[in-house]
Amino acid sequence: MNTPSLEVSGLAYAYPDGHQALFGVDLTIGRGERVALLGPNGAGKTTLVLHLNGILTAGAGTVTVAGLPVGRKHMAEIRRKVGIVFQDPDDQLFMPTVREDVAFGPAAAGLRGAELDAVVERALEKVGMTGYADRPPHHLSFGQRRRVAVATVLAGEPEILVLDEPSSNLDPASRRELADVLRSLDVTVLMVTHDLPYALELCPRSLVLSEGVIAADGPTREILGDEELMNRHRLELPFGFVPGSVA
Amino acid sequence: MHVPDGFINAPVSAAAGVVAAAAVAVSLRGARKELGGSPEAGGDRVAPLAGLVAAFVFAVQMLNFPVAAGTSGHLLGGALAAILVGPWTGVLCIAVVLLMQGVLFADGGLTALGVNITVMGVVTVVAAYAVFRGLRLVLPRTRGGVTAATFVAALVSVPAAAAAFTLVYAVGGTTDVPVGKVLTAMVGVHVLIGVGEAAITALTVGAVLAVRPDLVHGARGLTAPLKLRVGGELVDAAPAAPEAPAPKSPRKLWIGGVVTALVLAGVVSFYASASPDGLEKVAADQGIDAKADQYEHATADSPLADYGVEGVESARLSGGLAGVIGVGATLAVGTGAFWAVRRRRTENTGGARV
Amino acid sequence: MGAGHAHQLYRRGDSPVHGLPPHTKLVAVLGFVLVVVATPREAVWAFALYAALLGAVAARARVPAGFLLRRLAIEIPFVAFAVLMPFVVPGEQTSVLGVSLSVPGLWGAWNILAKGTLGVAASVLLAATTELRALILGLQRLGLPSPIVQIASFMIRYGDVITDEMRRMSVARRSRGFEARGVRHWGVLAKSAGALFIRSYERGERVHLAMVSRGYTGTMPLLDERPTTRAQWAAALALPLAALPICILGRTL
Repeated sequence: MNTPSLEVSGLAYAYPDGHQALFGVDLTIGRGERVALLGPNGAGKTTLVLHLNGILTAGAGTVTVAGLPVGRKHMAEIRRKVGIVFQDPDDQLFMPTVREDVAFGPAAAGLRGAELDAVVERALEKVGMTGYADRPPHHLSFGQRRRVAVATVLAGEPEILVLDEPSSNLDPASRRELADVLRSLDVTVLMVTHDLPYALELCPRSLVLSEGVIAADGPTREILGDEELMNRHRLELPFGFVPGSVA
Repeated sequence: MHVPDGFINAPVSAAAGVVAAAAVAVSLRGARKELGGSPEAGGDRVAPLAGLVAAFVFAVQMLNFPVAAGTSGHLLGGALAAILVGPWTGVLCIAVVLLMQGVLFADGGLTALGVNITVMGVVTVVAAYAVFRGLRLVLPRTRGGVTAATFVAALVSVPAAAAAFTLVYAVGGTTDVPVGKVLTAMVGVHVLIGVGEAAITALTVGAVLAVRPDLVHGARGLTAPLKLRVGGELVDAAPAAPEAPAPKSPRKLWIGGVVTALVLAGVVSFYASASPDGLEKVAADQGIDAKADQYEHATADSPLADYGVEGVESARLSGGLAGVIGVGATLAVGTGAFWAVRRRRTENTGGARV
Repeated sequence: MGAGHAHQLYRRGDSPVHGLPPHTKLVAVLGFVLVVVATPREAVWAFALYAALLGAVAARARVPAGFLLRRLAIEIPFVAFAVLMPFVVPGEQTSVLGVSLSVPGLWGAWNILAKGTLGVAASVLLAATTELRALILGLQRLGLPSPIVQIASFMIRYGDVITDEMRRMSVARRSRGFEARGVRHWGVLAKSAGALFIRSYERGERVHLAMVSRGYTGTMPLLDERPTTRAQWAAALALPLAALPICILGRTL
């Protein structure tokens, strides 16, 4: 029996100032699945993401990554297994060169020398950025930076890749390039997004997070086609976009 | 005003280097407290936060504030950093900015780095923060009070740095200038500059206060009572809770650091002020008329302090005064830092965490 | 009060000077400046020789003289200080073109100008031949404590990002017809500075999250540790070692 990549059950969380963001989230993502997490602003998406690698600690409920409970005990292991790609690649790419940035995670895990170089090379190859290793991140285009950000996380060979708004600020070509990269990866993907066509394009399954709970879980096409559900959770398709018409 | 090489003699430059290094070391510990971060979030936030604040200081120094008729000024940023992120982080950030400006942009001499960090980092930040905390005790606990305290703190910080520079110059300047005159001129000019710095700093702090008061370190007392009224009983507990674990051991560590800095600085600056005494003797032996010869003798006898002391009277004056002033200045800085530590500590135990 | 320090001094190149490990160059420049500072001001010829040495390094590094000279402008506030000295310093007076000047003041001014200029020139050469990142790595190899290295690295990494944000704000202000002309407009500029602080601080928090997410525990992995050869040290230290006898000669003559 396959252990799911991610299992969240009964997760509730309130910020120290008393504001409660999550009210009992339940979800399971199987190995190799690509799932979109949809939801309006303020639904608690980012809060949920920060629980997945233990940056925030659950007030109630549990998060399990590949069978390992998220908690202080396995923190290093968990952070390696859950690769989060943050929304602004400038936050993610904090090292002076692309190579050092991609190497950061594996080096923190103890990798050195030729082994480390090989991991960096492989990760850059996966996102189509070989040859940029010695460039400073701020000399790259936004789309390139986003792909390098994905590489920094892939270098850790994560169990699950979590992307926060991966298509934001990308021009159509970069958007397609990133989609190609994501499709080519053999890894579980959880994609937090407002970009409903992108979700439909990449993720067979979608979850709707609304007011701190999972309000819907099903095939992306069905969810996007359910007008009543969409309206209830402030989700809107781009003008003229009909989910059923996309192959 | 980055001091270049050859401005201050070797022993005083070295002493300033020791003071600067000690101040940075102590600040690193303090900054860890100031920048905090919950343990489950991975603890140490100093590097990224101080790095970003340093980058901010670096950038904001390039923001030109037009004065009139094509002239403009810009922020020095010591007071601003102290009030926005706290004195320890402030010293740390300014020190790193100065280090980078010296090494990467050839701005300020490498041998004068200690002087620059001591004068523009430590003195500015400590003076500003000391004045700021003092005024906060007196002024009303409102946003206006914080802004007013900021204004005065920034105003004082600039001439304080100018005075500190003059004192360093009096002790270790490579040419004797009449200290009194220079002090008056330097402080006078810098009070004017300080008015600009004060206005800009107060306006900037005010702007941050209006949007994210929780980010202003100097206004932490402001947000705590607000939270109380809004939150009800649940939040009531928050300010009381941190009172229990009084940070005992870090305090000892800080005091230890400050004392070490003081002792080291004292010893070295005594050595520094002893050199002019040696020169004074040479000058006396030579007689008042033999001015021209002095240089050669000085260079032959005292390799480290060959720099000009051109007359007996002023030599005696600078020799005697310099020692007192040097140690006095160090003590002032040290006590200021110590006082700031204590203030921080008491604030920590009673204050709210953001 | 200079007008900011935005300009990068680095000039791409593949000269022998560019190729030296950064920490050897840092030691060389520091050594050279120390030697210069320790030279008595009366040995005027010694400073000419130092200048010649730097000129030779600049030639090897293929840094044009014009570039070097322009960068010396950073010194200007202290030139003003130096120019005042002959007028304010008490002591023996001499008459130049009918103006009475103080002799020790003149020596003092010369001292500051000569040593300051050589110091700046040496630093400019260092910065012109070494990348920012390499300089920080060099400082790290020379034992600068890791937290400081980390802070400096972040400052360099995000300096451009924040400066760009500042520029965008300025463009946005001007697009709406605002042009800062005097003290009246400080409020608006200060609001920008305040917003810049908030953005910087929040970015710092996000960067920290990103670091922690990738296994940061407080120390940065040190990468790229190539051994330094004796020849590289020798090449770098040639500058201070050539300067040293000049200094000794200057002291004894």
